[in-house]
Amino acid sequence: MSAKIGVVLFPGSNCELDIQEVAQASGQETKVLWHGDSTINGVDAVIIPGGFAHGDYLRPGAIARFSPVMTAIEKFAAEGGPVVGICNGFQILTEAGLLPGALQKNSGLRFICSTVDVRVESTNSVLTSEAELGTTLRLPINHFEGNYTCSAETLAMLQSEDRIVLRYVDNPNGSVDNIAGICSENRNVVGLMPHPERACIPLLGSDDGLVLLKSLYGSINQLL
Amino acid sequence: MWKPKEVKTYNVMVEVHLRPGVADPQGATIERSLATLGFGGVSNVRMGKAIVFTLDAESEEAANVEVNELCQRLLINPVIEDAAIFITKLDRAASGQ
Repeated sequence: MSAKIGVVLFPGSNCELDIQEVAQASGQETKVLWHGDSTINGVDAVIIPGGFAHGDYLRPGAIARFSPVMTAIEKFAAEGGPVVGICNGFQILTEAGLLPGALQKNSGLRFICSTVDVRVESTNSVLTSEAELGTTLRLPINHFEGNYTCSAETLAMLQSEDRIVLRYVDNPNGSVDNIAGICSENRNVVGLMPHPERACIPLLGSDDGLVLLKSLYGSINQLL
Repeated sequence: MWKPKEVKTYNVMVEVHLRPGVADPQGATIERSLATLGFGGVSNVRMGKAIVFTLDAESEEAANVEVNELCQRLLINPVIEDAAIFITKLDRAASGQ
């Protein structure tokens, strides 16, 4: 059964076409959700893509979180709807308070454009349910502010509630506890810095991202 | 008797910086560069940003309340940042406005 995936478009998003391409290749329907509309148009899942929403002015995600579409996404997430934020999308989700913590400048003060190994640390989330626990995925990263940080209490909570879903094998950016991705308390909101949508065709170097997106499609079908 | 509310204009500067304990790689890099240039006595460099604007409010107290609120809602990310707020009454005669 095909699901309807909503891909949010902010001024400055730049990964929305890649996500639509790979979702459609897997037989899913996609719909672009303009950030200025206060509705998600009945989609079954929302992906907030990477890019530089509103130019990353002030802080990445700081302006985007007040876009009208975010109110609809917050409501959808509260009702258990799957929401995934990739890269800039992860930054927007933390600014919106849908995920705890914050993403600050990489510890090396460099924009990192590379492919890294990421380990699946929990399969209890909408984005990792079909992956194998402990498996290593080769995924591209492209970010300047990917250094995840949070208070000691928040970190302890994420650890004890098994909410760290992905960790870097070799920490590229200084993230606390090697965190590459986390999920919400209800496991339906996931944020990650690596780009699974850019690792879906072997010709382009890796198709390790497919298992994450397939987990999302599977999670939707369980909800439908 | 109805009396129009008196509104004053204030100059506001919000200094945003990383909270103590949050790693500041930019500050650390500046500190190393200064040491290289011979300014070896410089330490505790922290890098931030300043946001300046004017604000109409009834009193300095009201201005302070409003600036605190807009800092929390937009200007800072309280997970990693703090704000220092500086408010001064705009002297229109002096500024020529």
